[in-house]
Amino acid sequence: MTGRRVLLIEDEPNIIEAIRFLLTRDGWTVETHSTGSDAVAVVQRARPDLVILDMMLPGKSGMDILRELRDLEELANLPVLMLTARGQSRDRAMAERAGVSRFMTKPFSNVEVLTAVRDLVAQASRQ
Amino acid sequence: MPRDSLTGTRIRERRSIAGIRQADLARQIGISASYLNLIEHNRRRIGGKLLIDIAQVLGVEPSMLTEGAEAALIAALREAAADGEVATAEIDRAEEFAGRFPGWAEVLVHGHRRIASLERTVETLSDRLTHDPHLAASVHEVLSTAASIRSTASILAETGELEAEWRDRFHRNLNQDSRRLAESSRALVTYLDDNTAGDDPRGVPREEAEAFLAAQGYHFPGLERGEAAVEDVLKDAAAPRSAAARAIVREILQQYCADAAALPLEKFAAALKRLGPDPAALARSFAADLPLVLRRIAMMPETVLPGGAGLVICDPSGGMLFRKPAGGFAMPRFGAPCPLWPLFLALSRPLVPVRRRVAQLGRVAAQFDCLAYAWPQEMSELTEDPLYRAIMLILPVPSDEISEEAAVRQVGSACRVCPRVGCSARREASILREEF
Repeated sequence: MTGRRVLLIEDEPNIIEAIRFLLTRDGWTVETHSTGSDAVAVVQRARPDLVILDMMLPGKSGMDILRELRDLEELANLPVLMLTARGQSRDRAMAERAGVSRFMTKPFSNVEVLTAVRDLVAQASRQ
Repeated sequence: MPRDSLTGTRIRERRSIAGIRQADLARQIGISASYLNLIEHNRRRIGGKLLIDIAQVLGVEPSMLTEGAEAALIAALREAAADGEVATAEIDRAEEFAGRFPGWAEVLVHGHRRIASLERTVETLSDRLTHDPHLAASVHEVLSTAASIRSTASILAETGELEAEWRDRFHRNLNQDSRRLAESSRALVTYLDDNTAGDDPRGVPREEAEAFLAAQGYHFPGLERGEAAVEDVLKDAAAPRSAAARAIVREILQQYCADAAALPLEKFAAALKRLGPDPAALARSFAADLPLVLRRIAMMPETVLPGGAGLVICDPSGGMLFRKPAGGFAMPRFGAPCPLWPLFLALSRPLVPVRRRVAQLGRVAAQFDCLAYAWPQEMSELTEDPLYRAIMLILPVPSDEISEEAAVRQVGSACRVCPRVGCSARREASILREEF
């Protein structure tokens, strides 16, 4: 379904399962990926409407992935929701400088995730 | 004012330091006092033989008077002004300041260096806390698992109609994650409060000293037999490097030597075998005071006292002077320990032995017999207030002697990692909840 595709890049299987269930129930098509090293290529291929990106991933950090995405002209405005266990203000500031759309610390609530996904995609479609 | 034009000022400074009167110096070098006065006020240039003669009388190199020792001093002053970002500092007069007030200039430069050194220390410690890989990984593990549990539990609680297959899968995930959370949080707490964790103790003298003593098993055969001196032990390649840590080790080992001389290993080991680790019986047997016996029991090698014993010594402020861990009895890495330890009860009842069986909440079912005692230190003057110390021996209770019925006091390690709810001794909030 156009405008309803989410790519979830996360390495915790049970978090993947919970978020996928949550978003699928809300009408989203969810694709998942679990490693950081090839994540940028996966985003380029999948062309999702939003990426949910974990900060700590095997192979490459979510922060590096975000920077690389923002360096690509066609992905510079892609909504990226970053999930992280590192909630210090400097991590948030670093993510904002790298161009994150929304920064969410673990443990998050399902409502927060769902609301963020809906808001970010709606904002992007208006631009 | 150019540097060489301050030669007179330096001569005056050096003469003052040497305690020579102007007239006396003038006479010794064969000029009039008034002419020397003009030189000292930088109104006459000076060089050649006269300069060499003055330098000789003042006992310094002539270059010290012409160039001054303050070239480095002036550079350091300029650096201090630049680092301090004080726009109003008269940087162009640093030379004059160093020449006229070399002592004060040294004070300023010393202060600047000290600030720089302390800033580096703060940076190092901050970096250690921020980038400790073990800590970061442990915290990430706990929070990721908590995120999974929270999300899964919400789905189970808030989704009205859930297919049986999904429900079973989420129940399975929840069970799996809850086990993982229990393990990772326990590992995190152990890391936070276990002072034997393998991090680098350098930079904290007492930790550095304790790491060295622990590496030696708190036992020094050479000192026991009187065949080695404390300084020999400190020559060991593994001995602490910092002067502060070496001083702590030195003091502890001097006490160790005195204790070993008073209660020799063979005799004490034999008594221990006969009487068991009963401090009161051992004290009576040797007519020795209790702190000595407690220290001696704690320092027995594993071959003499299987399972070992822990020992803590503190001053009246609760500051830890010595810590030897006992297996399973958690001691905080930093800050004050649990005020419910019998050690602190002893401080309120000086000279009265306090014996308590304790267990640490949230830990394994281990119990410990603690014997604590507080006594005044020797006073050099009768008019001085006595300064007390408290000591506590920690003996692990063998598993077959652990009793549910026995009066066991629940104590913690430190408030920060203690889950006890409603504790009247709590001084700060815990990062844990009781179910941990």
